[in-house]
Amino acid sequence: MIKFLLQGLWRDRSRSFFPVLTVAFGVFLIVFLEAFFNGALDNMYDTMAHHNTGHVKIMTQAYAAEAEQSPNDLALLGLAEWLEILRAQYPDLVWVPRINFGGLLDIPDQYGETRLQGPAAGLAVDLRAGSPELGFLNLEKSLVRGRLPQNPGEILLAEDFAQKLQVTPGATVTLLGSTMHGSMAVNNFTLSGTLRFGVAAMDRGALIVDLRDAQDALDMQDASGVILGFFADDAYDAAQAEKLTAAFNARFRQAADEFSPVMRTLVEDSGMASYFEMASVTMFLLALVFVAVMALVLWNAGLIGGLRRYGEMGVRLAIGESKRHIYFSLLGEAALIGIGGSLIGTCFGLLLAYWLQYHGLDYGAVFKNSTLMVENVLRARVTPSCYVVGFFPGVLATFIGNALAGLGIFRRQTAQLFKELEA
Amino acid sequence: MTIIRIENLTRSYQMGSTTLNALDNVSLTFATGEFSGLIGPSGSGKTTLLNIIGSLDLPTSGSAEVLGKKIETLTPRQAAALRNYEIGFIFQTFNLLPVYTIYENIEFPLLLQKQLKPPQRRAMVKQALEWVGLADRAASLPKQLSGGQCQRVAIARAIVKKPRLVLADEPTANLDAQNSANIMEIMLRLNQELNTTFIFSTHDEKVIRHLRRKIKLADGRVVGGESI
Repeated sequence: MIKFLLQGLWRDRSRSFFPVLTVAFGVFLIVFLEAFFNGALDNMYDTMAHHNTGHVKIMTQAYAAEAEQSPNDLALLGLAEWLEILRAQYPDLVWVPRINFGGLLDIPDQYGETRLQGPAAGLAVDLRAGSPELGFLNLEKSLVRGRLPQNPGEILLAEDFAQKLQVTPGATVTLLGSTMHGSMAVNNFTLSGTLRFGVAAMDRGALIVDLRDAQDALDMQDASGVILGFFADDAYDAAQAEKLTAAFNARFRQAADEFSPVMRTLVEDSGMASYFEMASVTMFLLALVFVAVMALVLWNAGLIGGLRRYGEMGVRLAIGESKRHIYFSLLGEAALIGIGGSLIGTCFGLLLAYWLQYHGLDYGAVFKNSTLMVENVLRARVTPSCYVVGFFPGVLATFIGNALAGLGIFRRQTAQLFKELEA
Repeated sequence: MTIIRIENLTRSYQMGSTTLNALDNVSLTFATGEFSGLIGPSGSGKTTLLNIIGSLDLPTSGSAEVLGKKIETLTPRQAAALRNYEIGFIFQTFNLLPVYTIYENIEFPLLLQKQLKPPQRRAMVKQALEWVGLADRAASLPKQLSGGQCQRVAIARAIVKKPRLVLADEPTANLDAQNSANIMEIMLRLNQELNTTFIFSTHDEKVIRHLRRKIKLADGRVVGGESI
């Protein structure tokens, strides 16, 4: 009997091909969008991690409490020792110190008098050749004019900021700020190049300086505001980060000592937990809409098919098949169509997702300025959930569609069979 | 031997505020091996009576005992089993399943009889095809056959399980004279060879002249012929 029903399903393309195609298309979209959202989320993580939070971030508890103010007077001391400990204890991560600071950038005229001034947001990172920071911040590719700092006392400015201050590479600029002890800091730097960050706030007034220059200028020898940790593959792993953070905090954080270090994950530090929730809610809603739309489409297809198969159902009832048996055979067909369509849709969805994962889509070219510090290659990310996410809505939609269409069988008056069959 | 006993059978339908009696106090019996027909104009109650005998419908009052089973007391599953094992149906419009071959159409009722093994089914289908003279068309699809051939397939499908009773509703209505004669000849032969009881619903003279017993119905009542 099963073989008989399968043969019918295979031969009657309107019962198999169209519904399978519909389900496959819907599942293809679900699978691809799941991978696409994963990739988009990764892009956000990457940008957030590279610019600000790392995959994990270490700072003093006092600094963490006021982190948005970059309070360097609460910086982490004994940096060299901390880096040594971290690199020994957690060799799977790349550890980099950073200092965020604020100041006033003064542009002198030929007499040394102030010609122009502007508030600056400074970021001090390790700019030595071979430093992983060059890659994290995409510095080489985002360079607009000049070159990266090669000598002590050289800095990079945001291109827009440099234009506003009317300076070109080679010019001398003066940074007015405060040391970590609260004294006034005044230091001259040479502009080596300009950058396009791709983030409006940074393009308006950011500068990048080598960590050692910043330590000298801000009197922060052997200190840094934060130490960022990046997983070796540069991909954020939430579970691993949480595990690492819990272990580190249990070992090093002391509640009574506000200068003891605390580790935070990217999600904790950036407030991206809500993005996580938003992404999963979006996926859930998407799946729900898909189920509803597909169920409607398949219900209609089922109704049309049911009308076309009314004669077949009538004959089957007359021959002695029970309504229940016919109904379950319809549901069986639905399961086959759902699973088949979901398999095909999942395969095609994964195919496109893998392509996007490995090749990426460079949308930088569509921007006026394509040299950006932010990630401008959009990639999908295939996760294990991508392999199964389409099956639930795919099978459910066909089930609901066929179940609704099949209810007509139970409403049918068997007594009308002869009349119907002769109509 | 009596295989159908109908006593004081009434079947009413509610049409708004009026009650329509499709069958009104009908009493009939049919014996094994009969070749009988319910004759009458449209609306006379032929199809309703055939429905009740075929366990597709229930009487409003009275009793219909078919092959020892009271139709009015059967559960849907028991009614389906009765149709599956004991009753064959032949329809005016053939109602073959278009995506299946002739062989598969005939085999279908046997698939519902789970005790039958594939070799048994093959033998039974082959025999049914030979009965109706279509052994060479087993692999054809219904659309490749003429109307007469399709009706022969429908007969083969009805008798393949060797039912004790075949109900045929206007079986020649869509056929020309030659095909009608062929069909009736086949059914007569099966009636004689297998001793299968045939009950027709018809107003076609080509069928009526072959019937050994004619029961005339009008307005839901038996009005002529041999009623008991």
